[in-house]
Formats: sequence, structure tokens, C-alpha cells
Amino acid sequence: MPRREDVKKVMIIGSGPIVIGQACEFDYSGTQACKALRSLGYEIVLVNSNPATIMTDPGMADRTFVEPLNLETLTEIIKAERPDALLPNLGGQTGLNLSSQLARSGVLSQYGVRIIGVEADAIEKGEDRILFKETMKRLGIDMPRSEAVFNVEDAEKVAARLGYPVVIRPAYTLGGTGGGLVYNVEELRTVASRGIAASMVGQILIEESVLGWEELELEVVRDARNHMITVCFIENVDAMGVHTGDSFCVAPMLTIDPKLQARLQEFSYRIVEAIEVIGGTNIQFAHDPKTGRVVVIEINPRTSRSSALASKATGFPIALISAKLAAGLTLDEIPYWREGTLDKYTPSGDYVVVKFARWAFEKFKGAEDRLGTQMRAVGEVMSIGKNFKEAFQKAIRSLENGRHGLGFAKDFHQRSLDELMGLLKEPTSERQFILYEALRKGASVEDLYQKTFIKPWFIQQIKELVDAEQEILRFRGQTLPDNRLRQAKQDGFADRYLAQLLGTPEAEIRRHRIRLGIVEAWDAVPVSGVENAAYYYSTYNGPDRVAVSGRRKVMVLGGGPNRIGQGIEFDYCCVHAAFALRDAGIETIMVNCNPETVSTDYDTSDKLYFEPLTVEDVLSIYEKERPEGVIVQFGGQTPLNLANELAAAGVRILGTSPDMIDLAEDRDRFRRMMEKMGIPMPESGMASNLEEALEVARRIGYPLMVRPSYVLGGRGMEVVYDDEMLQRYVAAAVGIAPERPILIDRFLENAIEAEADALADGVDAYVPAVMEHIELAGIHSGDSACAIPPVTLPARHIQAIEDYTLRLGRELKVVGVMNIQYAVANDRVYVLEANPRASRTVPLVSKVCNVPMARLATRLMLGERLAGLGLHRRKFSHVGVKEAVLPFAMFPEVDPVLGPEMRSTGEVLGLAPSFGLAYFKAEEAAGPPLPVEGTVLISVADRDKGDILDAARRFHALGFRIKATAGTRDMLASHGVPCELSFKIHEHRRPHIVDEIKSREIHLIINTPAGKQSQADDDYIRKAAIKYKVPYLTTTAAARASVQGIAEHRQGRAAVKALQDYHAAISEQP
Amino acid sequence: MKAILALEDGTVYGGEGFGARCTARGEVCFNTSMTGYQEILTDPSYKGQIVTMTYPLIGNYGVNVEDIESWQPHVGGLVIRELAPLHSNWRADEPLGDYLLRHGIPGIQGVDTRALTKRLRVRGALKGVISTEGIADEDALEQARSWHGLAGVDYVREVTHPNDFVWEDASSANFRLATAETTGNPRQVRDPLPPADIPIVAYDFGIKYNILRRLRQRGFQVRVVPAHTPAADALAHRPAGIFLSNGPGDPAALGYAVQAVRDLIPTGIPIFGICLGHQILGLAMGGRTFKLKFGHRGGNQPVKNLESGQVEITSQNHGFAVDPASLPPEIVVDRINLNDQTVEGMRHRQRPIFCVQYHPEASPGPHDTTSLFDQFRQTIEKS
Repeated sequence: MPRREDVKKVMIIGSGPIVIGQACEFDYSGTQACKALRSLGYEIVLVNSNPATIMTDPGMADRTFVEPLNLETLTEIIKAERPDALLPNLGGQTGLNLSSQLARSGVLSQYGVRIIGVEADAIEKGEDRILFKETMKRLGIDMPRSEAVFNVEDAEKVAARLGYPVVIRPAYTLGGTGGGLVYNVEELRTVASRGIAASMVGQILIEESVLGWEELELEVVRDARNHMITVCFIENVDAMGVHTGDSFCVAPMLTIDPKLQARLQEFSYRIVEAIEVIGGTNIQFAHDPKTGRVVVIEINPRTSRSSALASKATGFPIALISAKLAAGLTLDEIPYWREGTLDKYTPSGDYVVVKFARWAFEKFKGAEDRLGTQMRAVGEVMSIGKNFKEAFQKAIRSLENGRHGLGFAKDFHQRSLDELMGLLKEPTSERQFILYEALRKGASVEDLYQKTFIKPWFIQQIKELVDAEQEILRFRGQTLPDNRLRQAKQDGFADRYLAQLLGTPEAEIRRHRIRLGIVEAWDAVPVSGVENAAYYYSTYNGPDRVAVSGRRKVMVLGGGPNRIGQGIEFDYCCVHAAFALRDAGIETIMVNCNPETVSTDYDTSDKLYFEPLTVEDVLSIYEKERPEGVIVQFGGQTPLNLANELAAAGVRILGTSPDMIDLAEDRDRFRRMMEKMGIPMPESGMASNLEEALEVARRIGYPLMVRPSYVLGGRGMEVVYDDEMLQRYVAAAVGIAPERPILIDRFLENAIEAEADALADGVDAYVPAVMEHIELAGIHSGDSACAIPPVTLPARHIQAIEDYTLRLGRELKVVGVMNIQYAVANDRVYVLEANPRASRTVPLVSKVCNVPMARLATRLMLGERLAGLGLHRRKFSHVGVKEAVLPFAMFPEVDPVLGPEMRSTGEVLGLAPSFGLAYFKAEEAAGPPLPVEGTVLISVADRDKGDILDAARRFHALGFRIKATAGTRDMLASHGVPCELSFKIHEHRRPHIVDEIKSREIHLIINTPAGKQSQADDDYIRKAAIKYKVPYLTTTAAARASVQGIAEHRQGRAAVKALQDYHAAISEQP
Repeated sequence: MKAILALEDGTVYGGEGFGARCTARGEVCFNTSMTGYQEILTDPSYKGQIVTMTYPLIGNYGVNVEDIESWQPHVGGLVIRELAPLHSNWRADEPLGDYLLRHGIPGIQGVDTRALTKRLRVRGALKGVISTEGIADEDALEQARSWHGLAGVDYVREVTHPNDFVWEDASSANFRLATAETTGNPRQVRDPLPPADIPIVAYDFGIKYNILRRLRQRGFQVRVVPAHTPAADALAHRPAGIFLSNGPGDPAALGYAVQAVRDLIPTGIPIFGICLGHQILGLAMGGRTFKLKFGHRGGNQPVKNLESGQVEITSQNHGFAVDPASLPPEIVVDRINLNDQTVEGMRHRQRPIFCVQYHPEASPGPHDTTSLFDQFRQTIEKS
């Protein structure tokens, strides 16, 4: 069927900020949808609150709304833009839920918007647990026995009937938020109440446990003619019990016989036919290897993390095809690389794909490293190899956690077999690494299977790696025999890891193997749905089958797996670099291993190498392709870490030189330069042991900011107030050594933080607008809200910031983009750090200021001058406020306070004519929204009591009822702010604060942590706020901004406005 | 155990041997299915062929007694990239290597099967020799070149059952395993079968068990008869329908079968043919067959039904095809292969006779086309 003519303008809803369980795979799918529909001639109205996405680039859609994703805002946008169709199944769970709300509330019918792709009732058939169960029953497809309940009492009854353990699954949530496996009634009560609170409809499912069963997934695509194809069969190596987002997976299925695969396919077809999805659907099954029973676990009638993985694993762009099918096309009209059209698609290929998750437990003090039915991973990598061993080892070295092989992680190799087997009892993020050492210690495949439910075939493969490694270790200090080296490379052992095993330099291993002709070769993954496209993966198990062109070309190194501190923002930059290069007529070569991203979309670059970002892999591609240079400044810390070694190996780095990057990261060199330039920095020092640390502390004076060197996202960063805290910090710091010291800076209390992203050409620099942080110094810039352009900074400080930025750019000979962080204290501007690379604010600045930073930076790197880019000082009639989104709901055991260590996974942007409105919008987008009336609870630490007074007065003036804990109440009362007393739990009076939160009597919580003494004291308040979704603020700065936002919002809600309109209103001052 | 694969074009691949220690000749062909090696090994249509699997990891789920497609494996040899040292599947009974050894079939691993497949795609199927007993390359090449090949050779008599019998489903797995919880051996559990109320005769030219399973599932009582059974003997069973099975090799070498079918056509009894059965029908109705340069093998052959416009993804395994120009006017070509436009299905304008070149029972392969068995039943019920 040809495209639908009854539709002209299509609305696409994005998935909002990156959170655990909903990451940049939806930018990938949404961007594909925009591309697909625009190529068919439709107008696109796009809504997403996440500014770091490619999909919200003003060029991707006709009308782009960076607005909060809620019913009210969406209704306004529909009213203003009058789209005639809504494509609901490409924006993750968020987009799907919103679409379903819009349908139910009658908004769609009121404005004549029809849903394409999937019917509103189909969404419910797939997502509502009760309806889904009924549908499966009708189709004769088995499910785990279960019942849906709405309260804890019924949950107990059902669990008693099914027998423990049981699984609790909240309806309409993503990443399994609030769910879990429980073994007894106590655990059930805890998890059930959490799950009911997490569910949009207060519904949970109590389900028979299928722990230890095989977990199998299919990605199915259906068109309007009811033609169905299976894109990919995915086998989860981790069995049922570990959330599929945390599971180690392979595609195609490696140990599943064709009879079972055929049966799963048949079930899947029956399901998608009944649910009537047009486009992609993910279906998860569990198979009991003891009885052969197959049950369907869940379906996702939308693009998903799995569909992104399946797309990259097979070269079948599911989102792109789904969008085209939703527009009325059918599979027999879309091309297929095998000749002909997609209705003939079958999965094929002669390679193995491995997906491995990336976690961030180290970021959450108190979080338990335990995997279950709730997803914990913040990112993932995908690797492709000719055999399982090669693909698996490539996945491990893609993770960028400092490991290049499976052995010798942490102290596992020093543990006894008993201990290791004990550690394997529960699945954790370290499971494969522990299993590896257990094999080394002689554990049998069968015992490990009994412990982990990982199928023996996989364990045997890993065992063979261990055996090979033991053989290699015999040659420690010597040269590995040629045939052994060859075998090791075919088994996927990294040069770096072999160097570690043998105690020789990596370069030596490399020289040895190249001399023997053992070099990486490449093979293609052909792309379906378009003509003549492919991407590439390396192998040591075959000849090179990939041709190179003689064109001018440049290589861009991507950002690797998402993790906290390194996310979608860097992918955004890499994608823009590729676009800019393409515009300049240069062939682009992208290297990345993150399947969720737009940078690994087949058409972002001319040539995509789906490869780990390691020196070995990058150098191999460089040698093959011989590009004129490599861009390392867009992929975050990942490629920067490689820059020196690459440069040493003769690679030409484009833009700022690696030496200057190094200078900026080297505290000593940088400080000397700053002293020479006369730019102030907080006093600082370095220490590699406690004595040195105490010495530095004496010299500078407390409070201090301490951190390990060379980290991103402030890992291990803390504010330290006295000797005792410093001692504790040094004692707990792992791996500090003279070459890896801890860095100690004076902590500027009550300082306003600001930062500037600049374009520079080595001589000149351009700052589109300075950013001012809401939270004061001490909160990691990634977690702090910020306003752009600045709100309170006086012109002279902005002037100083721009001036310092220009001078630093010149001194560091920055070519491309740079980011400098500032603190303003005592009327003085200090430089905190300079990063001669793209920062995570690049997309934010680009969108608020309408300056495509990454594209322009790429042009500068290619040799253009800043003066030639026609950039002028801009005047804005709007303010953008970025707010960070934190994953505390996924880590219920962690105290949700902000600090110098970054922990946010994503961000949202609020745009409005004034700061207050923009802040309110940003909070609305980050959720839960600020209240406009009601009760505010204030409980602040002593040192914040003075600061909170003004905000409290304003809340009172706005008619808010104020409740406060004793100390805060006394202070407020003594200043004439009327307020009522609330009880802390330890005061043993009911109702206490948590009771009031539970009974929804409190609508906003302002609770600043008191520092080290009382942190344990009141973290339950903040935890309760998260659980019951009450907005909470942990800094007085946020309280001030919030009250301003509420006040302005009550004067009139900020209207929705397209990014294109904001941009048109920006004026230039030559 | 060192092993070699020698091709008539002079190429020799080295590798590691597994399975039996011997030397075997055959036509080297490839299969692109990512799974399903056991079904391929036991498919009688592969008689006389050495099969290369393009997927690199083979043997991962072992071999079981239920998923066989005939009484024994028939391939001449197996060429793969990597053999699993250990299998993981709840239904597995033995490792692939042991199974091949038990049946005297040689295997070679460590071959760049992609490169080999590419060669076969360019050159067409090649004669080859696989040896795991250390013969010299020149010797192997000589043996490959001197082999007679498939054309004109009757392989059917080597794979057909010697005596007739009635198919009982109990001995083999049903594709649609039971979905309910069970007691006893779960591997033996099957969905209930309908009563077997329509008697048919199935000519066994190398019939796949999954065809028999599908026929039984549709309520046929299936009498399997040897390939050389004359029409009169088949009719003595008083069948309501005649089924002509798949099988190996060149249909032109099967004069006796063509004659039997020629005798059956005028009786008016409905006839349904698959693969070799389709080719025999073509010959019996006066057409000709020829050898394809590139045989159709694997689970993703696109076939267009010219009457409905529907495209089906089919599983196929054949090296010969019916020449459409040779067919009399009463025969309609109703299906073609979209890759090379060759005949994939025919029907008789007046008589209840139809056939397809592909495998609608699909084991392994997609299950797009199983309704042909229903069509056969409806045809019988109507006549």
C-alpha cells in the first residue's frame, strides 16, 4: 500500500530525560522516525523535554517543542499545531503512556488526531496486565500464573496461593521500577507497597516465579496487511530473574533448537496479530529447560532497548521501518539487501552479537550490587565477532571500566573457590568476572550452571578462555609462541590484556603480532530497508572483506557505553561532527560500540565501525582507512583517554593537541599556567598518602574538595570539613599512588558556579552565552540546575568569564570546542577547571542559543577561522533552565542528596520568557512538578537556616501553609513566619513527617542534609519523598528558585513555543 | 585429526576433522539457516551432497532423537566453521560429533565457510571430497574431479524405506509441543491429534518425517510406500489422495516413479507433490526438468503466489527445476521464485492435482506456508 494521504502532519512524542531503563535508544528510534516520515513528505511536530537529543535538533522536525511531557502541555501543543496523526510507539514507555492518556482523556478525538502505528486500545492490551492476560488466554498462550491486585492485603493472599518466591510487577512502569522478586511475606509487603506507589494506575501483578528459566526475546515487525517478519532472536545468557536490561545477551540464539524458535515465532505472530501493532514489537518468553514449558512474560508494542539492540545486531532499522509502516507502507514496498523487498526478510548472518550492560553501583554509596527484576544498568555495549569468544571479549573491552579481559578483576583472583561460589549465589554486576575466576580455581561447568543458570555451553566457552589464559600465563615475562598468540587473538584476547598477562608492553605485543601478519580484518553487516548500506565489525578469524575509498576522510571516535557523567550529550556531539564532515564533502568514519545511539545508526556516517574504543581497535581501523585525522574531543572522556597513545602511534589528532588536553588535565601544569596568566584558582594541592593530605589541608584550610585524579563525572569527589573526614576519605580511596594522587582544592563555600562553552580556533574564542548554576559550588555541575543566559551574575563577572575563556583558549591553543567551569565567591571569579573538549552542556547551549556548537567546532578543526563563521553576540528574549534527572527511585536504599559526585542520568530543559517560568517548566519536566498551592515542609540544617528565611517568607506570602521541624520552626517563628510543627521519626510522635507525606498532606519538601552528623538522621524524609513522588529540594538555592518559579507561574503559565520560534526571536549584535 | 575439503575447481580447504574417519564424495552446497543442522543432516534430499553451514557456530544444542527427519542422516559430509565442544539443550541426547561418527559421516571444522559459500555462489554447486583420514590434496582433487556427480543418478532408491508402513506419530516429536504443564517425561508430551479419517498413500522418495507429522496432524491416515511402488499397488490401499514426497537428486533418473504417477493421474484421485514430488509430477505430465546452476537451499527463498499476489518465505532444498516452457497447456504455473523466476508451484486446470517446489512443512524454516496441507485435505473432501 502506498503512504497514507489522509495524514499531513504527524506528532512524535519523545521519551524525555535519560533514566535507567529508558536511555538514548529512544533518541535513536525517534530520530529514525523523523527521518522516515519526513522522507515520505510528512510534516513533523516533535515533543521532547530532553535537550541532549538529536531528535530535538531544530532541523530534525518542522516544529520542535522542548516542553514537559505531560497531558496539559501535550494538549496545548496539539491545540496550537493541530497535527492530524500521532505516532505513539517510538518514544519508549513515556511516549506510549502519554499517547494512551491523550486518547483516554478525549484530547485526540476533540482535535481530530488519529493514532497511527498502534491503536490506543492495543496499547492497553499490551500494557495493562489484566487485559494482556485475557488476550493471552484467548490465544491459548501460557503465562506465568498470576493475579493483578491493587493493595497489599490481596497481594499477600495471592502470594500464599502461588507459593513463594513470587515476582511483583507494577503495571505501566519501565525498567521494572518498583518491582522485584520476593521470598517471604515481609519482603512482599515492602515491595508490593513500593510497586503500587510506582504504578501509574496503582496496580501490581503477583506472579509465579520462573527464576532460572531461559529468557528468550523476539523482535517482530508487522505491517497493515498483516504480514509479519521476525527481525531477531535474542537469547539472554543470564536466565530469568535478571532484568533483560541487565542481562548479558547474544543474538542470534545460540543454544536454542529450531523447533523452539519456530514455536516462539508462531506465538509471537499470534500475539502481534491479536494486538494489531503496526511496526515493531518485542516479545519476551521464558522457557523451562526441565519441562519445555514456554510462557510469555511481556510484550512491548513499541520500539525498545531490545529493538535498538536488534536493529544494530541485524542491520534492520526497526524504528525506521516501523515509522514507514505506520505511514501506510507495507513490507513489500521497502527494499531488502538480499534483493527484493522486506516481506522476504529472514534473520541471517555469520556472526555473533553480544550485548553487555554497564552499571554504576560505585556511584551510589549504600546501593547494593544485586541484579533482579528491576533494571539497574545505566548503559550497554554491543560487540560483533565471528565466534562467541571473540564477541564476548570485545564486549568486555568495550565497557571502559579499565578491564580489557575477564580475569583479575578486583580481588576475585585472590579469593578461595568457596568464597567465589558464595559470591555467585546472587546475580551481581560482577558475575561473569567472578565466574571466570571460579573456573580458574577449578569450578566445574555443571556446578556453575546450578549456581547461575547460565547454560553450560556458555560456561564451557568461558572455561576455554580461562584454560587458554592459564597457558598464556606460563609465558609471563617471555614472548608468547607464535601459534599461541595467533590462537589468543582468534579467541578475542585484547593486546592490552595479553600485555597485562605477560608483563610486557602492549606495543610489544602489537609489534609481535603485526610481524606475524595477525591483524584485524573486517566484515560487513548489511542494512535492510535501504539500498546498499552496511556497517562493519572486526575479527581475527577471517580475511578482510571491506574496501576503502580514496576520498578525503576523517574519523570520529564515539563515547562508548552510557554511564553517569558520560551520556547522550557526547553522542549528540559526535553525530553533529559526522554531519558537518559530510557537509564539507569529507567521508566520515565513526567508531563506537553503544547500540543505543544515533551515532551508530547506519546513515549517520559514511562508514560505521561497530567496535570497542581501545587503542588496538582504533589503530587497526586507522591503519586500514588512513584518514587525514581523528576527532577525539566529542566523545567525552573515552576517546580522550586514547588520545596520547594514538598520537604516540603516529595518529593525527584534529583540533586541540593531545599535549594541551593533557596540560589541562594535569593539575600541576595547569596551575603553573594559571599562575603565569594571573587567573585566580582555588588553592590546591595533591597527595598520595595521608600525611601529604593533612599537610595540604593545613596549608589551604578547610573545607576542602577532594577527588581522585583523571575522572569524569566527579567520581569519588567529596567535600571534607575536618581532619577526621579527610582521614576517612584517604583510607577509603582505592588505588591512590604517586602516579594516581588525590587532588585537594579549597572548597569555596556559598560560591555561585558558572560555566562557559566556547568555540575557539587557536587565536579567538566565542561564547554564545554563559551558564549560571542554581545550586552553589559543591554540587556537581552535572547534577546542578542551571540557567542560560545567566540570571543573577553581574555584567562584570560575565565579562571576566568571557575574558578568561578567551585567554585560556588562546593559551591552550584550543581548536574546536572547550568548556571552563567557574566559581564566583567574594566578588571574585575563580577558574575551577578547563576542559579542552566538548562538555555535556554542548547540546544545551546549542539549542538555547541556536549555535550548532559541535558542527562549527568541526569546521574549525578542519581549518576554518572563527571570524569566518559569522558569529555575533546574541540577545535572548528567553531563558533556558536545565534540570538534572536523578535515578534515586531505582536505588531506594541510597540517600537522595546532591553532592560533588555526579549521579544524574539525564536532563530536561525548560524554555520560557523569564527565569522563574523556565525553572518551573524544568521542574515540571523533570517531575514531580512543583505545587502551586498547599503545604510546604521545611527542615534545614543549621547552616542553611539563615538562607531559607527569605524563601519561607515568600512561600507564606503566596499562601502556602508551612510546616517545619523543631529547629527550623523556632527560627522561622522567631522571624515572624507562621508555621506549624512536624515531627521527625525519632521524636516518636504520630503523625510524623512520613505519615504526613504518605497521606499527601505535604506538597513540597525542602530538606537540606546537615552534613556528616545528621545525614543518617533525616534521609528517610527524602526517601519518602521519592517513594510518594512528592517534589523535594535539598538546597536553599533550589528553594529560592522554586518559590520564584511558583510565584511567576501563578501569574500565568508559560505558553508552549516551538524551538524554531525561540530561535527566530534571537537578535544579533554585530 | 586433520581434515581437508577438496573441490573440483582445485581449491583445497584445511581444517580439523570430526565425526567419522573416512573420505566421502558429493556435491558441495551451502545452507544459510542459522539453526537446524540436525534436520538438514537427516533430510534425505541431501543424499549425495556435502553441506556447508554458513552460520559459524554449529552443534550448540546437540542432537536429539525427536528432531530427525528420517531414519538416518544422509549428507555425505558436513563443513563448518566451529563445532561446539559442549552442547546445552534440555532435549539433547548426544553431541553432534558423536552422532556423525556413529553414522560414518565425516565432518570438517575450521573452514572459512563464508569464503566457501561465496565461491559456491559464484561457481554454482561444485563436486567435492571431504577426507578426515589424511589423504593427499592431489588425491582428493582427483577423486572430486572423477566423481560422476548428481545428474542422471538415482539416489532415491538409497533413501526410500524398503517396505510400506502406516505412519504413527508417537515415535517422533510434534512441532507444536504441548503448552500445558505435564507429568511424566515432558519430551513425550504432544498436543492431541485429530482422528485419522482420510486414508492416503504417500510415495516415499526420501520423505521427511515432518511432512508425515503435518499430514497426520491434518487427520490423514498415511500409508507410506516405497518409491518403486507401481500405481496399481498404491491403488490397492484404496487411498483418497496421493502424496508425492521430496527426495534427493535428479528426477530424470526416476523413470519408474514418473511412470507410476503417469498411471495415477487419470484415476482422478487428488495428488499433492512437494519438491522432488513436484518435479516428478512435472515429468509425468509431459514436462522436462533441468539442473539449476545455483540450487535453492535455505530457509529464506521468496516465492510469489501468482494468483493471490502473496509472497511467502519458504524453506527449500533442490538443485533441479521444472522447465515451464515444456509444460502442456492444462498445467498452470501458479508460483514462482522471486530470485530467479523459476517454477515453484503448479496446478492442473481440470484435475485435483497441485504441487510446490518448496517445503511447506519447513523443518527447519519459516512456517508461512503450512496451509497447503489444509488445501490438500479440502481438495480431497471436495472430490
